[in-house]
Amino acid sequence: MVMNTHTLPDRADVVVIGAGIVGNSLVYHLAQQGWSSIVLLDKGPLPDPGGSTGHASNFIFPVDHSKEITDLTLDSMRQYEQLGVLTTCGGIEIARTDEREEELRRRMSSATAWGIDAELIGPDRAVELMPFMNRDVIRLGFYTPSVAVVDPLQAGALMREQTAASADLTVAANTEVLGIDTVTGPSGQPAVRAIRTDKGDIETETVVVACGVWSPRIAKLAGARIPLTPAVHQMIDVGPIPELAETGAEIAYPIIRDMDALMYERQSGADLEVGSYAHRPILHDPDDIPSLAAAQLSPTQLPFTAEDFDKQMEDALELFGSILDREDSGIRHAINGLLSITPDASPVLGEAPEVNGLWSAAAVWIKEGPGVGRMLAEWMTHGAAEIDLHGADINRFYPSQRGRAHVRARASEGFNKTYGIVHPREQWLSSRPQRISPFYERERELGAEFFEAGGWERPQWYASNRPLLQEMEGYGAEFVHDRPHEWDRRWWSPITNAEHLAMRERVAMIDLSAFAHFDIAGPGAVDYMQRMIMANADRRVGRLIYTPVLAPNGGFRSDLTVIRMAEDRYRVITGGADGARDANWFRRHLPADGSVTFADLTSANCTLGVWGPRARDVLASVTDDDVGNEGFPFATAQYITVGSVPVLALRVSYVGELGWELHAPFEQGRLLWDTIAEAGTPHGILPAGIGVYGTTGRMEKGYRLMGAELTSEYTPVDAGLALKKVKEHDFIGKEGYVRAREQEPVAEMCTLTLDDHRDSSGMRRFPQGGEPILSPGGDRIVDRLGRPSYVTSAGAGPSVGAYLLMAYLPVDVADEGNRLLVQYMGERYPVTVARVGRTPLFDPDDSRMKA
Amino acid sequence: MQVLVCVKRVPASGGTPQLTDDGVRVDTRNLAFTVGPHEECAVEEAISLVATHGGAVTVLSVGPAEAEEQLRYAISMGADRGVLVDSGADELDPQATASALTAAIRQLESEGGPFDLIMFGNESPDAGNYQVGIRVACALGRAIVGGVKGITIDDDAGTATLHRGVADGVEAYEVTLPAAVAVKEGLNLPRYPSMRGRLRARKAELAEFRARIGTPGTPDTEGGPGAGEPVELVVHRGGLRKLRLRRPAETQSETVLLGHGSEAAPAVVDILEELDVV
Repeated sequence: MVMNTHTLPDRADVVVIGAGIVGNSLVYHLAQQGWSSIVLLDKGPLPDPGGSTGHASNFIFPVDHSKEITDLTLDSMRQYEQLGVLTTCGGIEIARTDEREEELRRRMSSATAWGIDAELIGPDRAVELMPFMNRDVIRLGFYTPSVAVVDPLQAGALMREQTAASADLTVAANTEVLGIDTVTGPSGQPAVRAIRTDKGDIETETVVVACGVWSPRIAKLAGARIPLTPAVHQMIDVGPIPELAETGAEIAYPIIRDMDALMYERQSGADLEVGSYAHRPILHDPDDIPSLAAAQLSPTQLPFTAEDFDKQMEDALELFGSILDREDSGIRHAINGLLSITPDASPVLGEAPEVNGLWSAAAVWIKEGPGVGRMLAEWMTHGAAEIDLHGADINRFYPSQRGRAHVRARASEGFNKTYGIVHPREQWLSSRPQRISPFYERERELGAEFFEAGGWERPQWYASNRPLLQEMEGYGAEFVHDRPHEWDRRWWSPITNAEHLAMRERVAMIDLSAFAHFDIAGPGAVDYMQRMIMANADRRVGRLIYTPVLAPNGGFRSDLTVIRMAEDRYRVITGGADGARDANWFRRHLPADGSVTFADLTSANCTLGVWGPRARDVLASVTDDDVGNEGFPFATAQYITVGSVPVLALRVSYVGELGWELHAPFEQGRLLWDTIAEAGTPHGILPAGIGVYGTTGRMEKGYRLMGAELTSEYTPVDAGLALKKVKEHDFIGKEGYVRAREQEPVAEMCTLTLDDHRDSSGMRRFPQGGEPILSPGGDRIVDRLGRPSYVTSAGAGPSVGAYLLMAYLPVDVADEGNRLLVQYMGERYPVTVARVGRTPLFDPDDSRMKA
Repeated sequence: MQVLVCVKRVPASGGTPQLTDDGVRVDTRNLAFTVGPHEECAVEEAISLVATHGGAVTVLSVGPAEAEEQLRYAISMGADRGVLVDSGADELDPQATASALTAAIRQLESEGGPFDLIMFGNESPDAGNYQVGIRVACALGRAIVGGVKGITIDDDAGTATLHRGVADGVEAYEVTLPAAVAVKEGLNLPRYPSMRGRLRARKAELAEFRARIGTPGTPDTEGGPGAGEPVELVVHRGGLRKLRLRRPAETQSETVLLGHGSEAAPAVVDILEELDVV
């Protein structure tokens, strides 16, 4: 190893820029994965180069509602512990309000689901654990004994040392990156070729940007965008406090998160550190961060703006007055620390869509750093990681979501949610609308409630359908009445259920313009598609193929619909939320010989779904083409003319009804909408929202959703989506898929019904997803690979008369009729396994779709 | 006793100062502001003196409106009130600063009686002209001692004993109050403001004057202020002009590799001999 060298090698397998916790951890794990020549650069000095790692508060609360983030955190804690830099001190999240009490109960569900020891405690116990708190303002505490503080700088130093022992590692501090050179390959996609620094150039095909708040600036050198913004997080140190000093320890008391004040307090030797996410969002530009020389403390520790913190001081004095409200304890240190905020608050990981070989490892907190390093190293080496990272994948952003204005708008909106209570269906309000379908104006006129997916505005339900609530009353009040608890009905309406029932009786039109459409063509198209998808792609022209797309480890990468359009041409249709990731996945795997072309037709096509028993009557009345079952069988596609609109029609359904997806030229979308609406009027057509398409209709049919049921941690065998035969042709993930087929089954995707909605007060409650499924005795259920059973999707099944939950269950638990429990908001509700595997609860033989 | 402390808003030190494009100012975009170490000690000493001898601490600053931040900082440490002479965004030369301070002190003393002790930092950390305190004391006809690192008050005698370090020991001066003093860092260990102090300072009302550059020969105050308007003080420019700032040549410290393992030993010995430590 060469540490702190002025001499760089001419070539390296990989160059990691940024020696913060992420960069250090990444080089360590790359070495573990067998990468031999590794360079780690930083513009600043070691051990603290001046980024966010150097001023972080360094504590870790493991429980998060996100499984992905929790898994990364738990993995990081194990690594910190192995390095000997973790001190367990415990931590308490404090509720001062009713709403927060409820949120702590929800956190308890997440703790149970992800297997973390935690308990709800009263004010007395809280004050017993942390005696300097004002008992009077505490209503409830969420105590996690495993909360810890870590030393990420020491962790970094140790990881560099250990890397050097096993690999050819060059560490170059005080080295500035001047450029990243690319070369354009046959596909037209640039690829990394070399990196230029003030200490010399290095030839390499792989560069990782682990530069924290500077990441956008460094990525730009290669022509890529990393969507994050530096934002201020304020913190102060108050001391000396004799009660803390006399412990003689860096930390002897639990860390407190004063959740309603959006603040934390932790002992730091003789001081109490007080930090906040409550102040106004204060954003910076990566280019305006001062240089190391120009900075007073460090580039990411900016002058404290006291006026932004006054309210927080009052809150801190209220909770910790006994040790803070003293004239002889002073504010000894105060900073506006910079950290990275992204448009959706998740990390930005993976190979940048614009440049091959340029990887992002950005927007990572101390609590996730080592885990991210390990996962990214696996991903860079094997194409997939043990933990599903789709929520952190840099490829999730569409181009419109990578620009500065959008990033700043969402970061401003999201900053105060850091300690906020965020509903699982919560919508962003800023930077909208971004993408609108040709039906948008019509939908507005109908009182659509718009949700956002992939930047698209999509109607979730329509106010114009409110009269249906009365009309559908006969199906049971539980479906057409509002939910009694505000949390359960937030971002929800019973109109969805009414739309669902009306669709099943009559016919509905659904805006699906958020779909992504790709055209794949050329002499190599069949071979290419065979390699990309699990199902056999060599089907007759006109055939629809529903197929999983697997990650190299055999887990799910996505699921989508493929149409054989011609001998040498395919159309790929995928969901709006997944379109950007899928486009990049397909594009990246194009053969180098140019035998296949890829075109993204998303902006050229709009999609209108028409489904319900009368869908054929509606369509037949506006087309001369044969839409009968013979002329247009299920699972096929044809060009037809609807009114005067040429349409690619797909006989398929995600809601289990007879009908079609109509794909039309974008500019004729409005005409298509009006034509169908008018033709449908005599048949009682109604517009229906994504609430029906994505939840109620889908769940009654047991269809799995990417990102919910389908993740890279589960195989098609687990999901019940294995095909009868494994095709001859090689495809990505085949090995893992075949292995999963040959093994004893581990877990099965099940649909459960909620047997009794009433909580202990008699109020009807509705689990929202993410809750743990427990044994009848209340024990956590885990399969033999350690994967917990939790609710992957939750929603009403109005046509099957039940509230439905989907969950993977271990094979020995996955028996129809088996009675289990679900834990929601601190209470347990009885559930029954209604369906194991793929057969739908509603219309099990699909006779309606195939009518 | 009534103690007045004069403070100046200056960029905090740390890092290498960057200059604005026109080269006449320090680029303060990424810098915090402070009052400098000497003046922090002056504020601390004033608060301690008043705690012992009774009275009140007034803090006075001539500078831009933003100097309010420094006055509030002093109040958060324990000063009783702050007075700002708003001289606008342009920097004043030392004579103009002294003239503004003198006019403000006269105004304050005409309302509340004389200050027993007027305290200055020995020199400002940015300009370092070493003269504002002396000019003000002269204009007010009070004794002033500079470089002070120790203050003892004798209430009965109405005197102060002032100590300062010199090459061969300590000089002690006895002055009759009212007097002025320019103090140096090391006088005491300034306290950090408490959280409660910070909240108190936020709500404190500051007295405000406005400085206007006048022409020689006109009186220091002209007419009365309008209702709610700050009193206007006329100040006079001095002869010092700042033309340009220049960054000193960067001193690069190179690390020299003396060798590896035992072969480096002779080179290490040479260095140690060169340093005269062996």
